[in-house]
Amino acid sequence: MIRRLWQKLVAPIDGPLMGFTGLLLGVTLIAMASASPERMTAQLVNLGVALVVMRVVAEVPPQRLMHLALPIYVVGVLLLIGVALFGDISKGARRWLNLGFMRIQPSELMKIAMPLMLAWYFQKHEALLRLRDYAVAALILVIPVGLIMKQPDLGTAILVFAAGFFVIFFAGLPWKVMIGMAASAAAAAPLAWNLLHDYQRQRILTLIDPEKDPLGRGFHIIQSTIAIGSGGLLGKGWGQGSQAQLEFIPERHTDFIFAVYSEEFGLLGNLVLLVLYSLLIGRGLMIAANAATLFSRLLAGAITLIFFTYAFVNMGMVSGILPVVGVPLPLVSYGGTALVTLLLGIGILMSINKNRMLVQK
Amino acid sequence: MEFRNPQEGLEQFRRRIAVAGVFVLIGFALLFARFVWLQVVQYDYYRTRAEANRISLVPTPPNRGLILDRNGEVLARNYSAYTLEITPSQVRDLDATIDALAEFIAIEAKDRKRFRKLMEESRRFESLPIRTRLSDAEVAKFIARRFRFPGVDIKARLFRQYPRGAFASHVLGYIGRITERDQGRIEAAEAEANYRGTEQFGKIGLEQRYEFDLHGTTGFDQVEVDASGQAVRTLARTTPVPGNNLTLTLDAKLQQIAEQAFGDRKGALVAIEPATGGILALVSMPNYDPNLFVDGISTADWEALNKSPDRPMLNRALAGTYPPGSTFKPFMSLAALTLGKRRPEQAIADPGSFTFGNHTFRDDKKGGHGMVDMHKSIVESCDTYYYLLANDMGIESIAAFMGQLGLGSRTGIDLEGEAEGVLPSPAWKKKRFRQPEQQKWYAGETISIGIGQGYNSYTPLQLAQATATLANNGVMFRPHLVNHITDTRNGEKTYIEPQPLKTLPWKQAHIDVIKRAMVGVNIEERGTGRRAFKDAEYIAAGKTGTAQMFSYKGAEHKTETMQAHLRDHALYIAFAPVETPKIAVAIIVENGGFGAQAAAPIARQVFDYYLLGKVPPGAAPTDEAAAESEE
Repeated sequence: MIRRLWQKLVAPIDGPLMGFTGLLLGVTLIAMASASPERMTAQLVNLGVALVVMRVVAEVPPQRLMHLALPIYVVGVLLLIGVALFGDISKGARRWLNLGFMRIQPSELMKIAMPLMLAWYFQKHEALLRLRDYAVAALILVIPVGLIMKQPDLGTAILVFAAGFFVIFFAGLPWKVMIGMAASAAAAAPLAWNLLHDYQRQRILTLIDPEKDPLGRGFHIIQSTIAIGSGGLLGKGWGQGSQAQLEFIPERHTDFIFAVYSEEFGLLGNLVLLVLYSLLIGRGLMIAANAATLFSRLLAGAITLIFFTYAFVNMGMVSGILPVVGVPLPLVSYGGTALVTLLLGIGILMSINKNRMLVQK
Repeated sequence: MEFRNPQEGLEQFRRRIAVAGVFVLIGFALLFARFVWLQVVQYDYYRTRAEANRISLVPTPPNRGLILDRNGEVLARNYSAYTLEITPSQVRDLDATIDALAEFIAIEAKDRKRFRKLMEESRRFESLPIRTRLSDAEVAKFIARRFRFPGVDIKARLFRQYPRGAFASHVLGYIGRITERDQGRIEAAEAEANYRGTEQFGKIGLEQRYEFDLHGTTGFDQVEVDASGQAVRTLARTTPVPGNNLTLTLDAKLQQIAEQAFGDRKGALVAIEPATGGILALVSMPNYDPNLFVDGISTADWEALNKSPDRPMLNRALAGTYPPGSTFKPFMSLAALTLGKRRPEQAIADPGSFTFGNHTFRDDKKGGHGMVDMHKSIVESCDTYYYLLANDMGIESIAAFMGQLGLGSRTGIDLEGEAEGVLPSPAWKKKRFRQPEQQKWYAGETISIGIGQGYNSYTPLQLAQATATLANNGVMFRPHLVNHITDTRNGEKTYIEPQPLKTLPWKQAHIDVIKRAMVGVNIEERGTGRRAFKDAEYIAAGKTGTAQMFSYKGAEHKTETMQAHLRDHALYIAFAPVETPKIAVAIIVENGGFGAQAAAPIARQVFDYYLLGKVPPGAAPTDEAAAESEE
């Protein structure tokens, strides 16, 4: 009886994907226990909620998700407009919308709504794909990204943009167009520089020379690179990182948790983490390659690469090669919203895997 | 427009998946390369920086050295007291916090004022005292409410204390909060590291001159700190080394008798041991209480000290300059003998005045002193003798001789702020004045120089040194206050050796003539110091003097009827016992009138105590006085 219940529970779950995810979640618990033990309980609760969400979504067939794509997207864009008009301001940015009974951050929803919507769009135009469709796709992409950048929330904007771009990329955007876009983006860089907020510009300048302002803007980057560098080959040992334990690392349980982990577990620990992410992403790409429909393929591919984007941007910024933007380390950083979004993505991957092309087998 | 084969689309998709896979691996390889760079190649650098982050050196300031008199009596010491301190950077609303503290700890307006001043002078993250010397009850009250006051704490600090109050304040000086100027001195001495954690610095007096001896060596705690600078635990400790103790040549009891002898009169006294140059007493009256400065002087006290017409902050003994008046005469006579301008028995007839050109120089005695030889000129202080002598010698040779004696130049005593005084000469006048007609030296000006008036202006210290040199038969020592410096770690004593500066080329026979005449001042029937030294049990050599504040040409003037601040200064120089002088003094009593009346009796009390141990009637025994001032 219990066995049958268990089998029913795990039926939609993909073993390898769950395994890699589980190992990464193990890393979060180890790092959290060192960086911020007082938040352990909260994180465990977050984790529980996120796992339930994952399990529920894993059973939702992709077709059902496809039907939800347009409504979710439209609602998301409306909420973003709502934020722009009536949003609450916190820490100088207008990101939250107060619905009376709860406060939500619609930009977070967009991380999933964007690839859903674009995958749905390409699925609809699968038979007859013209350049004009890419233009429409670009419009679908640019509207919410623009709204999120306006808030301003550069980190989320980058992730949402990446999620959408990956769909368009997998849908077969010609290389010529991509190269052309990259070239014009490079040409427009000085213009973009002028459009950035002062604090965003400062972050980029700080990246180039953090020592210029060691107690101000450069402090985060300097202290996190010191933490990573002083970790050495094998690290200082769990709970032994002086940078982390003496609170030199800022945001050490959220965006900078990688510095804590890296200080205490060293290069070897970093390698383990990179391998785990590679395996997770590899499995995700495999699921995408074998997905049944174009919608599933595009969605799975985009969700998988989102994990890469999270991981790369976060580790890049903490180790001082990318500017500081608010991007957490996927599955490791503290925080309920991101965890739910990411496990929701894993759940979608599992659902797609369950409904893969049977001919391949 | 193209119709797509679904199979073709799938192939393209899978190619792109492969591209994405490669892209991911390149991205992670890039990150890995960065990690290798940070954690392997640059490892040593970052490890060192992490250590530097973690470990902070917290200075422990040393105990300041004591200042003791020659008999070991403590004149400056330290005591520990609790202070209530606020770190402004950690307090949100400073005024509200102070108001809340004032509800249970007495915080007066002057405390607030001082705190504001300290805030302006210091960096924001420093902890600054709002109240010093808390009572035990106040400490307990605060401890009970501490949680309500983040950024406020109680600290045990060492305070400097001058147990005898104003006593010898011009010798001891005081310490105060380090200012920018002091910082400059610390940097010049390359002692910045040793002054970390030290908040006070010698401002004046011995505290200033011997700052680096008294300070000691700062100890350091190696402390593990977190990012906010809070100490987590102590890793290693270097204990501070207390500063060295100063033992003075000064005799506190003698000093006290001298100070008491002045009463509320203004003036200065310097007593020197002729054989060493050691200062036995150095008095400048009025004095001030150096304790006022220790934890920041209040504006009211500061203004009272600085605006007082009596100028209590002026160290008259070495920064005040006065015409020597008739105390100049023994030196003039010695110059005349040395230069062969006079023989001792050569006498002049004194008509009571000397006329040079169209100016008449009066003698202090109407009708004159009759026939006056050198001895009599000193004993009775005959002016006319010296008008003639000065005229015969000429200004250049007077200046040369007096310059040799140290008059008009700094003695090199171990205190700052010495004045040079004025040794008048044509060269000095040329330098002093701008207008050509003022720069010229007039022969008439030489005449009043002979009786210690005119441009003559010397510090009491210079006069005392000259007197000691005469007592010591021409061997001149550098005056000094510190006898030895004791290393508090091992008790090792470093003596300040008496420094003979020079031996003046005087004939003993000439010296003896002068000394005999100076003895005559105190013992002969007509001697000006006779009354002050009546029945003395030793033989003292002396010379009275009166320095004119204004010249009253030809007019008779009565001292008693004049306003106090216009009265002449009274002077007296002396040494005793005459055969083997143990003590030489120079005394000036401002507006005291005649030297014989005002200054000589002070010398008598000083000598009586120093040579015989006699405490003058009315002077409290010193030990009890010390106990009283501690209250």
